[in-house]
Amino acid sequence: MNFLNAFLFAGCVCAIAQIILDNTKLTPGHITSIYTAIGAFLSFLGIYDNLIKKFGAGATSLISNFGHTLYSSAMQGYNEEGFLGIFTGMLTKSSAAIVAAIVFAFLITLIFKPKD
Amino acid sequence: MTKEDYQKLVKKHTPKEPKLRNIALAFFVGGTIGFIGEFLIYILQESFYLSETEAGTWTCLIIIGTASLLTALGFFDNWVNKCKCGLIIPTTGFAHSITSSALDYKKDGLITGLGSNFFKLAGSVILYGIISSFILVIVRVVLGG
Repeated sequence: MNFLNAFLFAGCVCAIAQIILDNTKLTPGHITSIYTAIGAFLSFLGIYDNLIKKFGAGATSLISNFGHTLYSSAMQGYNEEGFLGIFTGMLTKSSAAIVAAIVFAFLITLIFKPKD
Repeated sequence: MTKEDYQKLVKKHTPKEPKLRNIALAFFVGGTIGFIGEFLIYILQESFYLSETEAGTWTCLIIIGTASLLTALGFFDNWVNKCKCGLIIPTTGFAHSITSSALDYKKDGLITGLGSNFFKLAGSVILYGIISSFILVIVRVVLGG
């Protein structure tokens, strides 16, 4: 049941993005940025945690999860260390994704040649 | 020919994108990635006795690593052209954008090419993600969270 939920949720979110992409002049860059901001906003409203509880990886493997981790770790930082915590804590949870993307991309770029 | 006529002519000859097919494909591919993520979390938890957060982080690493590798092998660009949002909206899109811009600018040198263009496409996601969450945290703090 969990698998089906993850499939349906991730699929619906991607389908909505595709509808926006096909019917407006926005580029994929616009849409991913908007989705990240929406993720942060849903996290702000307290909805995103529930989404993750219900849909598991269906919610965490989307780009909007990046906004959610940024907001939630910044908020956690504020609660623990006050104002400075927003700055020191913002990237705590999303660190894994950013560092992984940088390291993998760099190593792979050194090894492979671009294909045309 | 007036401008309006010309616009009509242009509209007539622009190839129509199969919208419904695009949406179905994005739904299916995006859903599959969500499914794979959930499946990986399940497998990692069951066979390596990891906690849920650890399994989630490993899943994230696996998805990003696979997407980077497939981009470098040349498969991913074709798939992105076909499935569009199905692959752009999941984390795979983030990894793909970094790897593809790194590969494209590799020929210009390690610093001026690879280094300065590394975040060409993914930069906007990081920038607006951080700015929007910063503003929202400030709002929450001001409202008295």
